[in-house]
Amino acid sequence: MATEPSGSAASQTAVADPAGGAGSSGAGPRRHWWHIGGIFGFIVRRTLLGVLVLFLVSLIVFAATQALGDPARAILGRTATPASLAALHKQLHLDQPVFQQYWNWITGLLHGDAGTSLAAQIPVTDYLKDRVVNSAFLVLVAGGISIPLSVAIGSYAALHRDRPFDVITSIVTLAFAALPEFVVGLLLVFFFSTNVTHWLPAIAAPGKRPWQDLEGMILPVTVLVIAVTPYVVRIMRASMIEVLESDYVEMARLKGLPEREVLVRHALPNALGPTFQVIAINLAYLAGGVIIVEYLFNFAGIGGAIRDSVFNNDLPLVQALAMLIAALYVVLNLLADIATILVTPRLRTRL
Amino acid sequence: MSEPATAMPTTPAAEQPAIVVENLRLNLAGTDIDIVDDVSFSIAPGEVLGLVGESGSGKTTAGLALLGHCRRGVEIAGGSVRVGDTEVLALKGDDRRKLRGRVVSYVPQDPAASLNPALRIGTQLREVLDVHGYGDDGKARDERVAEMMREVLLPDDPAYLRRYPHELSGGQQQRVGLAMAFACRPPVIVLDEPTTGLDVTTQAHVLNTVRELTELHRSAALYVTHDLAVVATLATRVAVMYAGRVVEVGPADELFTAPAHPYTRRLIGAIPHISGKRQLAGIPGRAPSPGSRPKGCFFAARCAWKIDACTAELPPLRQVAAAHSVRCVRAEEVMAEAGLPSGATLPADEVRAGTPVLSLRGLHAGYGGRTVLHDVTLDLAPHECLALVGESGSGKTTLARSVAGLHHERQGELLLNGEPLAKSSRSRPGEARRTIQYIFQNPYGSLNPRRTIGQIVSQPLELFGTPAAEREEKVGTMLERVSLTAAYIHRYPDQLSGGERQRVAIARALVCDPSVLICDEITSALDVSVQAAIVDLLAELQRDLGLSMLFVTHNLPLVRSIAQRVAVMNKGRIVELGPVDSVLLSPHDDYTKALLADTPSLEAVTA
Amino acid sequence: MTLADTVALTPDPEAVELVAQKPARLLRQAWRLWRTRIGVVLAGGVILIAIFGPYVAPHGPSDFVGAPYSSGPGIFGTDHLGQDVWSRFLNGGRSILWIATAATVLGITTGALVGLVAAYSRNSLDDVLMRAMDVILAFPQIMLALVALVTLGAQSWLLILAVGLTTMPRVARVVRGAAQPIVERDFVAAADALGVPRWRILFSEVLPNVLAPLMVETSLRLTYAIALVASLAFLGFTPNPGGADWGLMIFENRIALSVQPWGVMLPIIAIGLLTLGTGLIGDGISRAAAGIDRRRGGE
Repeated sequence: MATEPSGSAASQTAVADPAGGAGSSGAGPRRHWWHIGGIFGFIVRRTLLGVLVLFLVSLIVFAATQALGDPARAILGRTATPASLAALHKQLHLDQPVFQQYWNWITGLLHGDAGTSLAAQIPVTDYLKDRVVNSAFLVLVAGGISIPLSVAIGSYAALHRDRPFDVITSIVTLAFAALPEFVVGLLLVFFFSTNVTHWLPAIAAPGKRPWQDLEGMILPVTVLVIAVTPYVVRIMRASMIEVLESDYVEMARLKGLPEREVLVRHALPNALGPTFQVIAINLAYLAGGVIIVEYLFNFAGIGGAIRDSVFNNDLPLVQALAMLIAALYVVLNLLADIATILVTPRLRTRL
Repeated sequence: MSEPATAMPTTPAAEQPAIVVENLRLNLAGTDIDIVDDVSFSIAPGEVLGLVGESGSGKTTAGLALLGHCRRGVEIAGGSVRVGDTEVLALKGDDRRKLRGRVVSYVPQDPAASLNPALRIGTQLREVLDVHGYGDDGKARDERVAEMMREVLLPDDPAYLRRYPHELSGGQQQRVGLAMAFACRPPVIVLDEPTTGLDVTTQAHVLNTVRELTELHRSAALYVTHDLAVVATLATRVAVMYAGRVVEVGPADELFTAPAHPYTRRLIGAIPHISGKRQLAGIPGRAPSPGSRPKGCFFAARCAWKIDACTAELPPLRQVAAAHSVRCVRAEEVMAEAGLPSGATLPADEVRAGTPVLSLRGLHAGYGGRTVLHDVTLDLAPHECLALVGESGSGKTTLARSVAGLHHERQGELLLNGEPLAKSSRSRPGEARRTIQYIFQNPYGSLNPRRTIGQIVSQPLELFGTPAAEREEKVGTMLERVSLTAAYIHRYPDQLSGGERQRVAIARALVCDPSVLICDEITSALDVSVQAAIVDLLAELQRDLGLSMLFVTHNLPLVRSIAQRVAVMNKGRIVELGPVDSVLLSPHDDYTKALLADTPSLEAVTA
Repeated sequence: MTLADTVALTPDPEAVELVAQKPARLLRQAWRLWRTRIGVVLAGGVILIAIFGPYVAPHGPSDFVGAPYSSGPGIFGTDHLGQDVWSRFLNGGRSILWIATAATVLGITTGALVGLVAAYSRNSLDDVLMRAMDVILAFPQIMLALVALVTLGAQSWLLILAVGLTTMPRVARVVRGAAQPIVERDFVAAADALGVPRWRILFSEVLPNVLAPLMVETSLRLTYAIALVASLAFLGFTPNPGGADWGLMIFENRIALSVQPWGVMLPIIAIGLLTLGTGLIGDGISRAAAGIDRRRGGE
């Protein structure tokens, strides 16, 4: 539920306006019954909204996987015969009414039971346990590198606008933003693993946990960093430039404040606001975007699980993973909104 | 409103000036094109010099240069700014920075935008003191902050200082701005239109505060503004700028009663007066922008006094009286011109009577449950112009929009020629929509930038079924009527000036022969001289076409020049209603009286 | 997460107020910038290969021409099934291109419509529409596409639908963001007061003023759609398993990267240049629009 700044980045008409209306609409203030005050009220409202979104998402996921088309046919593929189809239907409870199937699934999820993986024949939760941790590690390392890096690069580019550093950065970020990750990944593999040089391994070491295989992590982390950094750099730069041209920064200079203080005290805090939103979205994207990277480098995480489960028509696994990703998005967006509110005092009083 | 300081000595030579500006020149960055040139003036301690000009005159740019600061795209190309012994423009980097806030400080135009939204006001106030090392220690500075707050008549308790800028009203924000500027007791202050956008009442308070503070601290103040009336109440001397040059500088009372430059004369003639109905006259044409300024006097193309010598070369600024200099070859003749610079007095109108064309009965309106209009009852007679006057929040715009069908949340009766009108314009019959027309405040927003003028003006004709063959002719006629030519038909709005756009808006409103015209602050975004021309045009059209008009404005004196009756609104109610003469000259209601008292006017100086 | 998402989230200060530009003039201005020209050359070149490649390929995409992973007869050798890599490459672009283009068109039209209506409604319809968009946005695009593929398989129409529908909310966001300030402007209120029908206001008053950001968005979305369709094929999900497809080629030949690099590198380079090209074009348009406004100087 990314909230959208529809106006200028860091100015008075609150850009990423999590408080205005519900979520992304940001329309004029309307007095509804749920406008109880304060940050607490805000969190409660957003959480409820998040739950609603997750509910709708579950309907969509379920419909896309089980309600339309015949999963059994997809699983059996060419080997389907009426008999085997009927047997599979019974085994997977596909012969029950759709609502019943949905109910079973959703209540199971809420109790922590996501079903059994069809391909691996073990409970989904067991299958995913380690993988979730692995992916989390990958994402956090990538995020931990890319976010400070991009904030720094973006700010610096904004401060030295239109000079060589900025121009080069602009071109480089554009290039990396446009290229699909697998292109970047394979180019890196081509150069560093298989063809030009053999410095780095082309796949993650199987069986090891990522922190035990740091060499094998280098390329996947690099690809992820390259995937995410351009966006945060561009946003940071845009936000910073807007703040630097604002009236209050000009006023700070006219008061005689030294430039360093103008930047650190007046410019940066106001420039960061919208950046939180982007950071959250990028983290969420990383979580989904690892699909490509993990597949490419044979990394045992949820990205690889997503790909494999779809490839194998492994319904319960696909459904569970979809809900997991969606929940992650919702939580990250909520955190981003809270962070924005904390950083923007003006929005707090409107709550 | 206290008297302007006409009693003060008008010759600044009596004491050492606090700041001397000589031959200041500012260029478009990286070019040789000047924005401002040959600007010279001096200000004595405790004196307020008003720097007056319309948009594009370069006054703000010149004001900022006193701090050695330029906006993006501008560079200082020459001249000198001396404060005491220091040459500001010769200082570099850190030295120049240290000057700002301590020796020369700045009060910005938009207080809301100039305060950091993420910092508490106490912090922002304290910053100025910390950076310039004012006082011996933290405690001394805290005390000074409290003192500053008292000086600007704001609470000095720590709880108030913990507020964020958005928790303050516009007037309070501006006082904080003033406090920050006077914090280190600088000898020079530059104020950049600090009361723009403030209510008349708030403006009066702020102007008072400015006057007191400059007297208290003996600061030399440069008050940059487009509002001559404000300058009249505050400044002892005035400098008038046109197209980047100072064209006249002299004592305020002399300047306003016997101006020596034709532009100043025309400017004064464009200002509305409260005390009597005067004909407002605008100035045809536009001021030349940087890069397109002609050889010779820049004002010549628009000047009624022009002779051949004017276009030969730019006249220098020369003295015509004690402490009064003008940039005009015929200055003496202009000064001696009989007749007030203000327009001719016209007889007051009689009040029209007849069955009202528009009736409001018990109108309530609001936003999201909050009532903005309370029980408003009003009649608009045919062929009359009724002015709706009030400050922001008075409900006047809501009223106008409700009548037009743009504001839906209302109860009460609204009758057009006796027939009730629906709340939403869409629900009204075509005839009702055609006969009530609305003109908006913002000329830059009311025309679709992606359509030509011709398309814009013919839109109502298309909608109300005028056959295509007739449309072009009607559009052409209407454009001529508003003093634009048919050549404008193929132009786009962004090629037009603010005044021209507003004329197009008027043309659009009148092209399908309405009987009721609603004007919502249509001149508030325009320069004084342009405002005069538009109001003059509108008054003429109203007479000729027999329109009934509802004229919404916050500018009381303007009402004189266009309306027969006036309704004064306060907090959603009409507090006074009557003929313009009696309301303005002998008001009954306390609010009206206060409003009149707080309205700055030239008459304080010229009367 | 794409270029376009960032434009939606915080408009580049140089790209603020992309209003009031005739599309033709905007494109002409964009063409003046070197980056747009380079973009057109890159993207154009790859598109030409994709469209006309099959006509100039020396062999059919599935013809057996030599031993697997050998270096002849074509310049680039053969793949794991002994098919000519060069011919497969020339045949492999069409599918990606037309699916991505169709999906983008679907996404842009539906998204623009939703965005315009939402911005103009300003009330509960706005809320409902954007909530619905939020639900679709609760996933990365690729995830939603994959979920759709699970049961029904990778069919062309499904891909177009999946990519198009996930593009829609992102476009809707941007269009709504651009349209909101327009809708607040007095000329729309003036049309309201006149009683102009609502749909007509949307299309003849509001839409022309958001064309510039919409054009930028289109090129950015196209870039991502191409990347997405290619990525899906790379993961093994392609609508025509037998035929040639750049993503599929990568999928099949990845194992043998060290032995037969061209089977992977040719399509990689092609996809890379194509996305770079469209990205540059989008950036060029965006800068042109901002540049035009800056030079006009506002008021």
